[in-house]
Amino acid sequence: MILLGAVLTQILHLALMFVLAPVVVGLIRLIKARLLGRQGPPVLQVWRDLLRLLRKQPVLAENASFVFTAAPVAGLAAIAAAAALVPSFALGMVTASLSDLIVLAGLLALARCTLALAAMDVGTSFGGIGASREMTFAVFAEPALLMVFFTFALLAGSTNLDLIAELLREGTLGVRVSLGLALLATTAVAIAETGRIPVDNPASHLELTMVHEAMILEYSGRHLALIEFAAALKLLLWLTLIAALFFPFGAAAPGAGPLAWAGGIAAWIAKLLVLAGALAWLETSLAKMRIFRVPEYLAVALLLGVLAAVFLFVSTGFV
Amino acid sequence: MHGEGTMPALAFGALSYDVAHLLDGAVLTLSFALLYQRRITAVINIYALQALMLAAAAAWQGWVQDAWHLYLTAAIAVAAKGLIIPIALHRIVRRLEIHRSVETALGIFPSMAIGVGLVALSIMVVLPTTLQAQAQTLTREDLALALSVVLLGLLMMITRNNALTQVVGFMSLENGLILAAVGAVGMPLIVELSVAFLVLVAFIVFGVFFFRIRDRFDSLDVSHLDALGETRL
Repeated sequence: MILLGAVLTQILHLALMFVLAPVVVGLIRLIKARLLGRQGPPVLQVWRDLLRLLRKQPVLAENASFVFTAAPVAGLAAIAAAAALVPSFALGMVTASLSDLIVLAGLLALARCTLALAAMDVGTSFGGIGASREMTFAVFAEPALLMVFFTFALLAGSTNLDLIAELLREGTLGVRVSLGLALLATTAVAIAETGRIPVDNPASHLELTMVHEAMILEYSGRHLALIEFAAALKLLLWLTLIAALFFPFGAAAPGAGPLAWAGGIAAWIAKLLVLAGALAWLETSLAKMRIFRVPEYLAVALLLGVLAAVFLFVSTGFV
Repeated sequence: MHGEGTMPALAFGALSYDVAHLLDGAVLTLSFALLYQRRITAVINIYALQALMLAAAAAWQGWVQDAWHLYLTAAIAVAAKGLIIPIALHRIVRRLEIHRSVETALGIFPSMAIGVGLVALSIMVVLPTTLQAQAQTLTREDLALALSVVLLGLLMMITRNNALTQVVGFMSLENGLILAAVGAVGMPLIVELSVAFLVLVAFIVFGVFFFRIRDRFDSLDVSHLDALGETRL
């Protein structure tokens, strides 16, 4: 019975992640447009764009190798695997024992590497610039993320995301300075990883300032649809991860019934709405920073992560 | 070291402990924000925010320790350091027309890295040395955090060229001193009052000093003073 519940929550979780990912992107666009005084596209516009792109024939460069065509699928597969591991509305899913924070970091790195390779495959200059910038940012973002993960591992005694979320949900750990610092560091890394303002502008049309968009300039048709979908899924994954780690209230306990799931889904969607609104507000109130300042910004995130780990020693009575 | 016994309200894991720790951590994080920020107006705003956080920490300690004079400390922090000094600094910036200036003597990343090192250093110094003193956990960690704020204020004075941001560094150092005084149970009000007045006096002196430097060198960059020294010798 518990296994059945675990399987069902897993299926429901993945289905919701897949359906909601473009909706969240559309919602953020709508909120941003409204904050800027524009009407904005409807929330489902992203889904419509994706479905339309899926029907279009991709245009390939003459010298494109198999890397170019395989990368969208491989990237989406890595992101989807990561999305399956992050608990959204219920704990104790089938993959709970696999949902390790370091596995998560590895899957995200895999997706990033496939896209960077594909960007360099055709040999256009903008793809190369985009790939080089993406990897430069990753050099700083990944250690920062790992420091945050180590902080959680020190707190919970495990790197298993499901265990950590359950421990935090019970609230026995209380309010911690480390968690506040880790939240700041995670937010900074999440903004860089998902290519939002101030690191990268998802709506940019100026090639010189692009990062993510520069890498996918050569893509069209269903390949582009897969990449856009993977990017949307990655954004939802980060929002869900932040919700699971820092706002773990309301998630259904392992082995709970469908009623608890409904409560968990409601809580999850409420958290997503708040986070999406905060992100849209942040994006409209900040200007994009210069490319050369981004490593500095991510280095600060890394130092905040280090500080979070240091404080953990203080507050647990390091002697 | 969980500090049970004498005051269960301050035990590790209790809400009062967590909130006090969180407020202290916020003051420290704002010290890092001061180090990170290059623009003068933003530096002043962050300083004001830090003073407000300090006031919140003092008021919380007043409630936990049931000491009325800490509310007075909080009120002084809000009035003097949260409102009067930032407004005056903003006026100086406008009058000297330096609100556009962007500067650091040392890069952002090296100064932040040194800052984290200083925090680690103050923890390593304070925790072992206060172990024998039978101090409560809260006081010891409060002291470590406060010492970090003091050291970061010193670091800010070193890493900046502009006299005005150096003064902000000095005043954020003083915030660290107040933070230490607030955390210690039974610290008389007179200490805090005198430190607060010291800052006001220093601020007035520095205000005069700014205009002097400005008149003489057409800039607030104190590295001009080095050249002056060399010609004398």
